[in-house]
Amino acid sequence: MLRGLSNMQDAINSIFRRIPAWVIYLASFAYAGWLFWLGIDNQLGADPVKALEHKYGEAALYILIAGLAVSPLRRTFGINLLKFRRAIGLACFFFVVCHLLVWALLDVQRLDRVWADIVKRPYITVGMVAFALLLPLAVTSNNLSLRKMGAAAWGKLHKLVYPAAILAAVHYVMLVKGWQVRPLVFLAIILALIGWRYLSKLPARRAASRGMPSGPS
Amino acid sequence: MANRWKNTLTDRDVTDESAYLNRRQILAGTAAGLGLAGIAATQAHAEDLEATAWEDITSYCNYYEFGTRKDDPSKYAHMLTTKPWTVKIDGLVDNSGDYAFDDIMAKMTVEERIYRFRCVEAWSMVVPWNGFELADLLDLAGVQSEAKYVAFETAYRPDEMPGVRYPVIDWPYVEGLRMDEAMHPLTIMATGIYGKDIPNQNGAPLRLVVPWKYGFKSIKSVVRITLTDKEPPTAWNKANAREYGFYSNVNPTVDHPRWSQASERVLGTGLFARRQDTLMFNGYADEVASLYDGMDLTKFY
Repeated sequence: MLRGLSNMQDAINSIFRRIPAWVIYLASFAYAGWLFWLGIDNQLGADPVKALEHKYGEAALYILIAGLAVSPLRRTFGINLLKFRRAIGLACFFFVVCHLLVWALLDVQRLDRVWADIVKRPYITVGMVAFALLLPLAVTSNNLSLRKMGAAAWGKLHKLVYPAAILAAVHYVMLVKGWQVRPLVFLAIILALIGWRYLSKLPARRAASRGMPSGPS
Repeated sequence: MANRWKNTLTDRDVTDESAYLNRRQILAGTAAGLGLAGIAATQAHAEDLEATAWEDITSYCNYYEFGTRKDDPSKYAHMLTTKPWTVKIDGLVDNSGDYAFDDIMAKMTVEERIYRFRCVEAWSMVVPWNGFELADLLDLAGVQSEAKYVAFETAYRPDEMPGVRYPVIDWPYVEGLRMDEAMHPLTIMATGIYGKDIPNQNGAPLRLVVPWKYGFKSIKSVVRITLTDKEPPTAWNKANAREYGFYSNVNPTVDHPRWSQASERVLGTGLFARRQDTLMFNGYADEVASLYDGMDLTKFY
């Protein structure tokens, strides 16, 4: 049994080793571009602006969840996706920017209304805070920043992804009418993935304080 | 007493079914012009409006009994049995009882009413409804003088409505109108769109349409109408009283707590269409503003 499991881990890991990380960037650009084309071509239904806005936002949430799943997958199942993590993070940010641009330019359409919404509408405020938290992470997702900041400081900064992820899901829960299932499922998964980190580290806390590299896991 | 209100939209403005297929090309061609004509468009005279395509009206629906996504109702509403259908009319009426849909239709005069439809979510359509005046149905039931309000209820059928498994709101869906609103000639029970039977996802076999109120007031697939002397509970008001009032008149000056109601996206106009300014009472102020004389509409939203 165990042997079979570890063979499977090896097989999966060796497949992933052969996939370069740039595939994620390419797939993200291609998907975003394809969705935009569907919008132009009137294939996104009666309300293409909302459809595009929601699809970009949802893509960002899916990728965010994928990023948060990297560590649990490695620790629990021995599947190593670490080399994809930067690309996953940047792809997530890319879709957040697309989501924001569609909202501001195609949906709200006027800068004064964009600002009014950010200030007056709590779900938009929450979404913008999540974006603001992700901004420094995107800017420092490169080797130069990592070297300049040092691994410890860099790792600490990148823990901002946890509050950002929770706020992103809360943003979704808040914007829908009534208590809908989908946004609550997103929130539950994100909370579970973050909660896993705390629970799985409880016995290891001491080891961590003895100088193990800390950072977003 | 049908025909108390005449369409302000002319036949020329309704895109018939053969023409609507070309509508998008036409719109694409005039998109730039619309942008320039933005100021004129904000006046939004009825004559300038164009009925939304059948395909958009019937595929983009809020009918949470079939799911909360816009395309859920068009996917699942076929499960709803609409024949036979009876509407229970009770409360403060002389002739309370179960009214078979076919019997109602035999007594009613069906007219076409081309109305703007403004959703509380800040999108809008123009729908060529077919239906009869609610006042005519209420006359049939014989409203007693003590009646002050009309309560409505949507069918609740867990076997036929996959969405009611989830407590998104408190089922069944209920709505209400003040008596003068219910008797107003603009208020209809719609039984068709574009001259065809109303599709299930749009509220078959009969639904309320109150064009100067946000769409959620126009309750679908009505199974019960109760005349009462008290303001009846309404579904969205029960779910969130701060956001959804009993009146829910379209009002660009009173924002939804979570978004502005000053403007709207017009469905079917494409990815780059400009938003349109929302009109007071959805453009029906001349007809209905007097119903609310002296009321503080920021309080009675």
